[in-house]
Amino acid sequence: MIRIAGLIKQFGPFAALRGITAEFAAGSLYVILGDNGAGKTTLLRSIAGLARPTRGSISILGNSEVRDACRDIGYMAHPSLLYDEMSGMENLRYFAGLYGISDDGRSENVIRGVDLDPALTRPVGQYSQGMRQRMSLARALLHDPKILLLDEPFSNVDYRSALEMVKLIAQLRDSDKTILLVTHQATLLEDVADEFVWMEAGQIVSRTRELKLLETR
Amino acid sequence: MKRIFTVFALLTGLLLSYALYQALIVAPTEKTMGDVQRIFYYHVPSAWTAFLLFTINFVASVVYLIRRSSAADALAVVSAEVGVVFCTVVLVTGPLWARPVWGIWWTWDVRLTSTLVLWLIYVSYLMLRRFSASGETPVLAAALAIFGALDVPLVYFSIWIFRTQHPQPVIGGGGSIDPRMWHVLLINWAAFLCFALLICWSRYRLEVLKREVEEMQALEALLQPRGSR
Amino acid sequence: MTLSTITRATLMKDLRLEWRSKDAINAMLFFALLVVVVFSFSFDPNAEESRQIAGGLVWVAFLFAAVVALNQTWARELRNQVLDAYRVSPAPANSLFLAKAIGNFVFVGVLEALMTPLFIVFYQLRAVGPVWQLVPVAVLGTWALVVNGTFFAAVSIRTRSREIMLPLLLFPISIPAIIAMVNATTAILTGELSIRVWIVLLATYDVVFTIACLLFFEMVLHAE
Repeated sequence: MIRIAGLIKQFGPFAALRGITAEFAAGSLYVILGDNGAGKTTLLRSIAGLARPTRGSISILGNSEVRDACRDIGYMAHPSLLYDEMSGMENLRYFAGLYGISDDGRSENVIRGVDLDPALTRPVGQYSQGMRQRMSLARALLHDPKILLLDEPFSNVDYRSALEMVKLIAQLRDSDKTILLVTHQATLLEDVADEFVWMEAGQIVSRTRELKLLETR
Repeated sequence: MKRIFTVFALLTGLLLSYALYQALIVAPTEKTMGDVQRIFYYHVPSAWTAFLLFTINFVASVVYLIRRSSAADALAVVSAEVGVVFCTVVLVTGPLWARPVWGIWWTWDVRLTSTLVLWLIYVSYLMLRRFSASGETPVLAAALAIFGALDVPLVYFSIWIFRTQHPQPVIGGGGSIDPRMWHVLLINWAAFLCFALLICWSRYRLEVLKREVEEMQALEALLQPRGSR
Repeated sequence: MTLSTITRATLMKDLRLEWRSKDAINAMLFFALLVVVVFSFSFDPNAEESRQIAGGLVWVAFLFAAVVALNQTWARELRNQVLDAYRVSPAPANSLFLAKAIGNFVFVGVLEALMTPLFIVFYQLRAVGPVWQLVPVAVLGTWALVVNGTFFAAVSIRTRSREIMLPLLLFPISIPAIIAMVNATTAILTGELSIRVWIVLLATYDVVFTIACLLFFEMVLHAE
């Protein structure tokens, strides 16, 4: 459960978010759409605690300080957030350590979950873009967070893998997670999304259950 | 407010001219150094003023980190900038005086060297302010200001030991100063303090205005109809 | 999850990355070698003179080379914005700082161990004083460079001219430490003066700034 009230984020004279008030419930998948520069990424970064609100508040699972909820947030960014020189398994083991997860089985399972092979010793830098995206998703899922923030998870992923990822995301949603997903490929999620959120110039301008309703705008 | 500022500016001007008259005409000529010693009435008050301003910068930085108030940060910028100017005056007038008196432009004496290092630290402070992205400047700069302040005693101590191990030729000063000289020195210091206060005041007003303008621009950007960004 | 396990994990991760890419260590070694060679062209000292100036030369070479390594530490975290992954995790900021500082200490330490023989050969150095005293001077001096260096490298990656900014911030603050290292080294080489007071000064510097770094690092890491 995420509650956002009057969220404004400014970078100097530039306003990236211009007053966002919204609630996102558990067990739902929200697909955030909008043109480049509409503030989608800044919204996710604010919820993840990487961008401090200029004004307004964000409450996550009842925590008014985002830092206090960081164990419950999984964040997948546009860049991979992985070390190129290490293998997928090495990367995940390191990040598991940051969350105090010592169990190696967890990393392996998560990698299998995104349809990759944990035994792959190639460094992540040599992965194809699609594999890297999936590994990046695995990193976000590592600590089994209640809230998932996914920034363009399908960019450069081939169609078949994207469908696999959609299936996985739908499963995660069904296990009672709150998922906010930024994408330009809305049609991929037409059947599984609970709500489509359209952003424009730093504001949420419409929320609808049907993608078609957005398209007629 | 503007009225007070003008009056204060006039008074400072008067005080500065009076101090100049005192330093150049009234103060007795030093026996061994001659007239060149009179630069001392500018050198020393500039140094004291610079040190005072750096102290203000430190206090303002600490206050900023505790309260996160924009005013404290503005005061920190202003005191550092003006402090660097006065510190530059010290570093320029020092050699001007040293050359005829000691026969050398520069000596790695404790006070001189410490002042130089202080100047370097605060120039790096101003550089950091200039080159960091606007949102995070105050925090990073305040951290540097505190590191700089922690460094000052270590700088002084290290140079002092260095000097005692490697003695230098003739370091002047010492001896007692004529009470009339003291009198002139204090008048000059008062004049310099007023002058520094005057500059700080107007610079502070400028800084606050600049921040207000930025805030207005930010507000405007916020209220603009979408799509026009 | 404790401070030390994450510090250890991060340190091992950094050493592994460095081992694979060898970005920092190669550049640092070659740079220090260049400094040694350039210096030996600029000065042509006899054994006695070189004892007098070697302390300064050695530490200036190490200082410049250390800057190369220090910039690398955070550059590694900026690629793919991996630092964000650390920032969203519950891991304490100071674990990261300590890991980075210790890592840099290791890199610069390795550099010193490799460069010292070169200096000895090129400058025909032979210490008159007790050589073993160079060890505490090197340890304390290296930590002095590295602890503030790691901190200010983290500050400078947030500025526009990243790599240039580090020496501009680091050198003025490091002046007392540099004075102490250089003079202690010269004192040992010439065997003329006691190094006690310099050791005390370096130790004080290390303690003061290690505490300051640990107090302020979290603030710098999350500043925006």
